[in-house]
Amino acid sequence: MLASLTALLLCQLLGEGVVRLLALPVPGPVLGLAFLLAFLAVRRAVPGPLNQTAGGLLHHLSLLFVPAGVGVLQHLQRISAEWLAIAAALLVSAVATIVVTAVVMRAMIRLMKLDEAAEEEKAG
Amino acid sequence: MTGELGDIWVYLRAGPLLWLTVTLVAYLLAQFIYERAGLNPLLNPVALAVAMLAAVLVLTGTDYQTYFEGAQFIHFLLGPATVALAVPLYSHFGKVKAVFLPMAVALVCGAVTAVVTAIGTAYLLGASFETLASLAPKSVTTPIAMGISDQIGGLPSLTAMLVIMTGILGAMLATPLLNALGIRDWKARGFATGVAAHGIGTARAFHVSEVAGTFAGIAMGLNGLLTAFLVPLVIDWIR
Repeated sequence: MLASLTALLLCQLLGEGVVRLLALPVPGPVLGLAFLLAFLAVRRAVPGPLNQTAGGLLHHLSLLFVPAGVGVLQHLQRISAEWLAIAAALLVSAVATIVVTAVVMRAMIRLMKLDEAAEEEKAG
Repeated sequence: MTGELGDIWVYLRAGPLLWLTVTLVAYLLAQFIYERAGLNPLLNPVALAVAMLAAVLVLTGTDYQTYFEGAQFIHFLLGPATVALAVPLYSHFGKVKAVFLPMAVALVCGAVTAVVTAIGTAYLLGASFETLASLAPKSVTTPIAMGISDQIGGLPSLTAMLVIMTGILGAMLATPLLNALGIRDWKARGFATGVAAHGIGTARAFHVSEVAGTFAGIAMGLNGLLTAFLVPLVIDWIR
Protein backbone atom coordinates (compact mmCIF):
# COMPACT_ATOMS: atom_id res chain seq x y z
CA MET A 1 0.00 0.00 0.00
CA LEU A 2 2.66 2.50 1.07
CA ALA A 3 5.15 1.30 -1.55
CA SER A 4 2.58 1.44 -4.34
CA LEU A 5 1.36 4.90 -3.29
CA THR A 6 4.99 6.01 -3.34
CA ALA A 7 5.36 4.48 -6.80
CA LEU A 8 2.37 6.49 -8.05
CA LEU A 9 3.78 9.71 -6.56
CA LEU A 10 7.22 8.95 -8.01
CA CYS A 11 5.72 8.57 -11.49
CA GLN A 12 3.86 11.85 -11.02
CA LEU A 13 6.98 13.61 -9.74
CA LEU A 14 9.00 12.29 -12.67
CA GLY A 15 6.22 13.42 -15.01
CA GLU A 16 6.11 16.94 -13.52
CA GLY A 17 9.90 17.18 -13.68
CA VAL A 18 10.19 16.12 -17.31
CA VAL A 19 7.28 18.39 -18.36
CA ARG A 20 9.01 21.41 -16.78
CA LEU A 21 12.44 20.42 -18.07
CA LEU A 22 11.36 19.95 -21.70
CA ALA A 23 8.47 22.49 -21.59
CA LEU A 24 6.05 19.81 -22.87
CA PRO A 25 2.41 20.83 -23.53
CA VAL A 26 0.95 18.03 -21.33
CA PRO A 27 0.04 17.92 -17.62
CA GLY A 28 2.67 16.23 -15.42
CA PRO A 29 0.33 13.46 -14.15
CA VAL A 30 -0.47 12.47 -17.77
CA LEU A 31 3.21 11.89 -18.47
CA GLY A 32 3.33 10.05 -15.13
CA LEU A 33 0.54 7.80 -16.44
CA ALA A 34 2.64 7.09 -19.55
CA PHE A 35 5.68 6.26 -17.36
CA LEU A 36 3.68 3.82 -15.25
CA LEU A 37 2.20 2.24 -18.39
CA ALA A 38 5.72 1.78 -19.81
CA PHE A 39 6.88 0.29 -16.50
CA LEU A 40 3.98 -2.20 -16.49
CA ALA A 41 4.62 -3.09 -20.14
CA VAL A 42 8.28 -3.88 -19.36
CA ARG A 43 7.35 -5.80 -16.21
CA ARG A 44 4.52 -7.61 -18.07
CA ALA A 45 2.37 -7.78 -14.90
CA VAL A 46 0.63 -5.51 -12.38
CA PRO A 47 2.03 -6.02 -8.84
CA GLY A 48 -0.80 -6.99 -6.47
CA PRO A 49 -0.44 -4.05 -4.04
CA LEU A 50 -0.33 -1.56 -6.94
CA ASN A 51 -3.51 -3.09 -8.31
CA GLN A 52 -5.16 -2.61 -4.90
CA THR A 53 -3.99 0.98 -4.40
CA ALA A 54 -4.93 2.02 -7.95
CA GLY A 55 -8.28 0.26 -7.59
CA GLY A 56 -8.95 2.03 -4.27
CA LEU A 57 -8.13 5.46 -5.69
CA LEU A 58 -10.15 4.92 -8.87
CA HIS A 59 -13.10 3.42 -6.99
CA HIS A 60 -13.57 6.77 -5.25
CA LEU A 61 -12.57 8.86 -8.25
CA SER A 62 -15.87 10.77 -8.08
CA LEU A 63 -15.01 12.09 -4.60
CA LEU A 64 -11.79 13.64 -5.88
CA PHE A 65 -13.76 15.87 -8.28
CA VAL A 66 -15.87 17.42 -5.53
CA PRO A 67 -13.50 20.14 -4.17
CA ALA A 68 -12.88 21.45 -7.70
CA GLY A 69 -16.58 21.22 -8.52
CA VAL A 70 -17.45 23.44 -5.54
CA GLY A 71 -15.29 26.06 -7.29
CA VAL A 72 -18.39 26.67 -9.41
CA LEU A 73 -19.23 29.27 -6.73
CA GLN A 74 -16.44 31.42 -8.12
CA HIS A 75 -17.84 31.26 -11.63
CA LEU A 76 -21.58 31.88 -11.17
CA GLN A 77 -21.27 35.29 -12.82
CA ARG A 78 -19.49 33.96 -15.89
CA ILE A 79 -21.89 31.04 -16.25
CA SER A 80 -24.99 33.25 -16.06
CA ALA A 81 -23.43 35.65 -18.59
CA GLU A 82 -22.42 32.93 -21.08
CA TRP A 83 -24.91 30.18 -20.31
CA LEU A 84 -26.24 29.84 -23.88
CA ALA A 85 -22.78 29.38 -25.44
CA ILE A 86 -21.78 26.91 -22.72
CA ALA A 87 -24.99 24.84 -22.86
CA ALA A 88 -25.02 24.72 -26.68
CA ALA A 89 -21.33 23.78 -26.83
CA LEU A 90 -21.79 20.91 -24.35
CA LEU A 91 -24.88 19.54 -26.11
CA VAL A 92 -23.58 19.81 -29.71
CA SER A 93 -20.20 18.37 -28.74
CA ALA A 94 -21.65 15.42 -26.77
CA VAL A 95 -24.00 14.40 -29.61
CA ALA A 96 -21.39 14.88 -32.37
CA THR A 97 -18.67 13.00 -30.47
CA ILE A 98 -20.84 9.96 -29.70
CA VAL A 99 -22.13 9.75 -33.31
CA VAL A 100 -18.75 10.29 -35.03
CA THR A 101 -16.82 7.89 -32.77
CA ALA A 102 -19.39 5.08 -32.98
CA VAL A 103 -19.98 5.39 -36.72
CA VAL A 104 -16.25 5.51 -37.56
CA MET A 105 -15.47 2.54 -35.33
CA ARG A 106 -18.28 0.44 -36.81
CA ALA A 107 -17.24 1.37 -40.35
CA MET A 108 -13.61 0.41 -39.64
CA ILE A 109 -14.60 -2.90 -38.04
CA ARG A 110 -16.71 -3.76 -41.10
CA LEU A 111 -14.06 -2.55 -43.53
CA MET A 112 -11.42 -4.76 -41.92
CA LYS A 113 -13.93 -7.62 -41.61
CA LEU A 114 -13.15 -7.91 -37.92
CA ASP A 115 -16.76 -8.38 -36.82
CA GLU A 116 -16.99 -12.05 -37.86
CA ALA A 117 -13.62 -12.87 -36.32
CA ALA A 118 -14.68 -11.25 -33.04
CA GLU A 119 -17.97 -13.18 -33.00
CA GLU A 120 -16.16 -16.49 -33.57
CA GLU A 121 -13.75 -15.74 -30.79
CA LYS A 122 -16.63 -15.07 -28.42
CA ALA A 123 -18.40 -18.30 -29.43
CA GLY A 124 -15.23 -20.38 -29.15
CA MET B 1 -24.84 32.37 17.80
CA THR B 2 -23.27 33.79 20.98
CA GLY B 3 -20.91 32.69 23.74
CA GLU B 4 -18.96 29.43 23.74
CA LEU B 5 -20.79 27.83 20.81
CA GLY B 6 -19.97 30.85 18.68
CA ASP B 7 -16.32 30.67 19.74
CA ILE B 8 -16.11 27.00 18.82
CA TRP B 9 -17.67 27.69 15.41
CA VAL B 10 -15.24 30.54 14.73
CA TYR B 11 -12.32 28.28 15.71
CA LEU B 12 -13.42 25.30 13.60
CA ARG B 13 -14.38 27.37 10.57
CA ALA B 14 -10.83 28.69 10.27
CA GLY B 15 -9.07 25.29 10.21
CA PRO B 16 -8.85 22.62 7.51
CA LEU B 17 -10.46 19.83 9.57
CA LEU B 18 -14.03 21.13 9.32
CA TRP B 19 -14.22 21.47 5.54
CA LEU B 20 -12.33 18.25 4.89
CA THR B 21 -14.86 16.38 7.05
CA VAL B 22 -17.88 18.20 5.63
CA THR B 23 -16.73 17.30 2.07
CA LEU B 24 -16.52 13.61 2.98
CA VAL B 25 -19.91 13.66 4.71
CA ALA B 26 -21.55 15.43 1.74
CA TYR B 27 -20.04 12.89 -0.67
CA LEU B 28 -21.19 9.88 1.39
CA LEU B 29 -24.67 11.36 1.58
CA ALA B 30 -24.71 11.98 -2.19
CA GLN B 31 -23.49 8.44 -2.85
CA PHE B 32 -26.26 7.08 -0.61
CA ILE B 33 -28.96 9.05 -2.46
CA TYR B 34 -27.56 7.98 -5.88
CA GLU B 35 -27.57 4.30 -4.89
CA ARG B 36 -31.04 4.53 -3.37
CA ALA B 37 -32.32 6.05 -6.62
CA GLY B 38 -31.09 3.00 -8.57
CA LEU B 39 -28.00 4.81 -9.97
CA ASN B 40 -30.19 7.30 -11.83
CA PRO B 41 -27.78 9.31 -14.05
CA LEU B 42 -29.67 12.51 -13.20
CA LEU B 43 -28.65 12.10 -9.53
CA ASN B 44 -24.92 12.02 -10.23
CA PRO B 45 -23.12 11.91 -6.85
CA VAL B 46 -20.55 14.56 -7.80
CA ALA B 47 -23.28 16.99 -8.85
CA LEU B 48 -25.26 16.28 -5.67
CA ALA B 49 -22.27 16.70 -3.34
CA VAL B 50 -21.20 19.93 -5.05
CA ALA B 51 -24.72 21.35 -4.78
CA MET B 52 -24.91 20.48 -1.06
CA LEU B 53 -21.49 21.94 -0.29
CA ALA B 54 -22.16 25.09 -2.32
CA ALA B 55 -25.38 25.62 -0.34
CA VAL B 56 -23.55 25.13 2.99
CA LEU B 57 -20.80 27.58 2.02
CA VAL B 58 -23.30 30.23 0.93
CA LEU B 59 -25.45 29.78 4.06
CA THR B 60 -22.45 30.00 6.41
CA GLY B 61 -20.85 32.87 4.48
CA THR B 62 -17.65 30.88 3.92
CA ASP B 63 -15.48 31.79 0.94
CA TYR B 64 -14.04 29.21 -1.44
CA GLN B 65 -10.42 29.84 -0.36
CA THR B 66 -11.25 28.92 3.26
CA TYR B 67 -13.16 25.84 2.08
CA PHE B 68 -10.33 24.77 -0.20
CA GLU B 69 -7.75 24.86 2.60
CA GLY B 70 -9.52 21.80 3.98
CA ALA B 71 -10.65 20.23 0.71
CA GLN B 72 -7.21 20.48 -0.90
CA PHE B 73 -6.16 17.18 0.70
CA ILE B 74 -8.82 15.39 -1.36
CA HIS B 75 -8.07 17.50 -4.42
CA PHE B 76 -4.38 16.58 -4.22
CA LEU B 77 -5.17 12.90 -4.82
CA LEU B 78 -6.31 13.67 -8.39
CA GLY B 79 -2.64 13.61 -9.48
CA PRO B 80 -1.82 10.09 -8.24
CA ALA B 81 -5.29 8.94 -9.39
CA THR B 82 -4.45 10.08 -12.92
CA VAL B 83 -1.21 8.07 -12.81
CA ALA B 84 -3.22 5.11 -11.46
CA LEU B 85 -5.35 5.09 -14.65
CA ALA B 86 -2.36 3.30 -16.21
CA VAL B 87 -3.29 0.12 -14.28
CA PRO B 88 -6.76 -0.60 -15.81
CA LEU B 89 -5.42 0.65 -19.14
CA TYR B 90 -2.64 -1.95 -19.01
CA SER B 91 -4.88 -4.74 -17.66
CA HIS B 92 -7.32 -4.42 -20.58
CA PHE B 93 -4.73 -4.03 -23.30
CA GLY B 94 -4.93 -7.71 -24.30
CA LYS B 95 -8.66 -7.47 -25.08
CA VAL B 96 -8.23 -4.63 -27.52
CA LYS B 97 -5.47 -5.91 -29.79
CA ALA B 98 -7.97 -7.39 -32.28
CA VAL B 99 -9.67 -4.04 -32.91
CA PHE B 100 -6.66 -1.81 -32.38
CA LEU B 101 -6.76 0.01 -35.73
CA PRO B 102 -10.56 0.70 -35.75
CA MET B 103 -10.18 2.02 -32.19
CA ALA B 104 -7.24 4.25 -33.03
CA VAL B 105 -9.02 5.79 -36.05
CA ALA B 106 -12.29 6.24 -34.11
CA LEU B 107 -10.36 7.78 -31.20
CA VAL B 108 -8.65 10.40 -33.36
CA CYS B 109 -11.94 11.30 -35.12
CA GLY B 110 -13.87 11.42 -31.85
CA ALA B 111 -11.27 13.42 -29.93
CA VAL B 112 -10.98 16.02 -32.71
CA THR B 113 -14.79 16.21 -32.99
CA ALA B 114 -15.19 16.74 -29.23
CA VAL B 115 -12.70 19.61 -29.07
CA VAL B 116 -13.58 21.33 -32.35
CA THR B 117 -17.40 21.20 -31.98
CA ALA B 118 -17.24 22.46 -28.38
CA ILE B 119 -14.89 25.36 -29.14
CA GLY B 120 -16.59 26.10 -32.48
CA THR B 121 -20.11 26.27 -31.04
CA ALA B 122 -19.09 28.42 -28.08
CA TYR B 123 -16.97 30.68 -30.32
CA LEU B 124 -19.88 31.28 -32.71
CA LEU B 125 -22.11 32.16 -29.76
CA GLY B 126 -19.60 34.74 -28.52
CA ALA B 127 -17.97 33.00 -25.56
CA SER B 128 -14.86 34.62 -24.02
CA PHE B 129 -11.37 33.16 -24.48
CA GLU B 130 -11.23 31.89 -20.90
CA THR B 131 -14.52 30.06 -21.40
CA LEU B 132 -13.28 28.55 -24.68
CA ALA B 133 -10.05 27.39 -23.05
CA SER B 134 -12.01 25.94 -20.13
CA LEU B 135 -14.38 24.12 -22.51
CA ALA B 136 -11.73 22.63 -24.81
CA PRO B 137 -10.71 19.64 -22.64
CA LYS B 138 -14.19 18.94 -21.22
CA SER B 139 -14.57 15.43 -22.70
CA VAL B 140 -11.66 13.92 -20.76
CA THR B 141 -11.55 12.80 -17.15
CA THR B 142 -11.35 15.67 -14.63
CA PRO B 143 -7.73 15.41 -13.40
CA ILE B 144 -6.41 15.46 -16.96
CA ALA B 145 -8.89 18.12 -18.11
CA MET B 146 -7.99 20.43 -15.21
CA GLY B 147 -4.28 20.04 -15.97
CA ILE B 148 -4.85 20.91 -19.63
CA SER B 149 -7.10 23.85 -18.74
CA ASP B 150 -4.50 25.26 -16.36
CA GLN B 151 -1.80 24.96 -19.01
CA ILE B 152 -3.67 26.80 -21.79
CA GLY B 153 -5.07 29.69 -19.76
CA GLY B 154 -8.49 28.29 -18.86
CA LEU B 155 -10.04 28.16 -15.39
CA PRO B 156 -9.47 24.65 -13.93
CA SER B 157 -12.42 24.88 -11.54
CA LEU B 158 -14.75 25.93 -14.38
CA THR B 159 -13.35 23.07 -16.47
CA ALA B 160 -14.06 20.62 -13.65
CA MET B 161 -17.70 21.68 -13.64
CA LEU B 162 -17.95 21.50 -17.45
CA VAL B 163 -16.37 18.02 -17.40
CA ILE B 164 -18.93 16.83 -14.88
CA MET B 165 -21.82 18.30 -16.90
CA THR B 166 -20.41 16.70 -20.08
CA GLY B 167 -20.22 13.32 -18.37
CA ILE B 168 -23.80 13.46 -17.13
CA LEU B 169 -25.06 14.65 -20.54
CA GLY B 170 -23.11 11.97 -22.44
CA ALA B 171 -24.26 9.20 -20.12
CA MET B 172 -27.88 10.26 -20.62
CA LEU B 173 -27.68 10.66 -24.43
CA ALA B 174 -25.52 7.65 -25.41
CA THR B 175 -28.15 4.89 -25.23
CA PRO B 176 -30.94 6.62 -27.26
CA LEU B 177 -28.44 8.04 -29.81
CA LEU B 178 -26.67 4.72 -30.44
CA ASN B 179 -30.01 2.91 -30.72
CA ALA B 180 -31.20 5.47 -33.28
CA LEU B 181 -28.01 4.91 -35.30
CA GLY B 182 -28.56 1.13 -35.20
CA ILE B 183 -25.13 0.45 -33.68
CA ARG B 184 -25.33 -2.88 -31.88
CA ASP B 185 -21.62 -3.66 -31.47
CA TRP B 186 -20.87 -3.27 -27.72
CA LYS B 187 -17.26 -2.43 -28.48
CA ALA B 188 -18.23 0.59 -30.61
CA ARG B 189 -21.05 1.62 -28.25
CA GLY B 190 -18.80 1.59 -25.21
CA PHE B 191 -15.87 3.21 -26.95
CA ALA B 192 -18.01 6.12 -28.21
CA THR B 193 -19.46 6.68 -24.73
CA GLY B 194 -16.00 6.71 -23.17
CA VAL B 195 -14.58 9.20 -25.70
CA ALA B 196 -17.56 11.57 -25.25
CA ALA B 197 -18.26 11.19 -21.54
CA HIS B 198 -15.09 9.93 -19.75
CA GLY B 199 -15.54 8.29 -16.32
CA ILE B 200 -19.22 9.05 -15.87
CA GLY B 201 -19.91 7.56 -19.32
CA THR B 202 -17.72 4.56 -18.42
CA ALA B 203 -19.70 3.91 -15.24
CA ARG B 204 -22.91 4.08 -17.26
CA ALA B 205 -21.54 1.72 -19.95
CA PHE B 206 -20.61 -0.87 -17.28
CA HIS B 207 -24.24 -0.89 -16.11
CA VAL B 208 -25.34 -1.92 -19.61
CA SER B 209 -22.60 -4.32 -20.70
CA GLU B 210 -19.23 -5.56 -19.41
CA VAL B 211 -17.70 -5.31 -22.89
CA ALA B 212 -19.05 -1.77 -23.39
CA GLY B 213 -17.67 -0.75 -19.99
CA THR B 214 -14.20 -2.11 -20.73
CA PHE B 215 -14.03 -0.30 -24.06
CA ALA B 216 -15.37 2.91 -22.48
CA GLY B 217 -12.61 2.75 -19.86
CA ILE B 218 -9.95 2.31 -22.55
CA ALA B 219 -11.47 5.18 -24.54
CA MET B 220 -11.39 7.41 -21.44
CA GLY B 221 -7.69 6.75 -20.82
CA LEU B 222 -6.58 7.05 -24.45
CA ASN B 223 -8.70 10.15 -25.05
CA GLY B 224 -7.12 11.77 -21.98
CA LEU B 225 -3.65 11.24 -23.43
CA LEU B 226 -4.57 12.32 -26.97
CA THR B 227 -6.57 15.38 -25.89
CA ALA B 228 -3.69 16.56 -23.71
CA PHE B 229 -1.61 16.84 -26.90
CA LEU B 230 -4.46 18.01 -29.15
CA VAL B 231 -5.97 20.89 -27.15
CA PRO B 232 -2.84 23.08 -26.88
CA LEU B 233 -2.51 22.93 -30.70
CA VAL B 234 -6.15 23.94 -31.29
CA ILE B 235 -5.98 26.72 -28.69
CA ASP B 236 -2.76 28.14 -30.15
CA TRP B 237 -4.56 28.30 -33.47
CA ILE B 238 -7.55 30.37 -32.19
CA ARG B 239 -5.56 32.56 -29.80
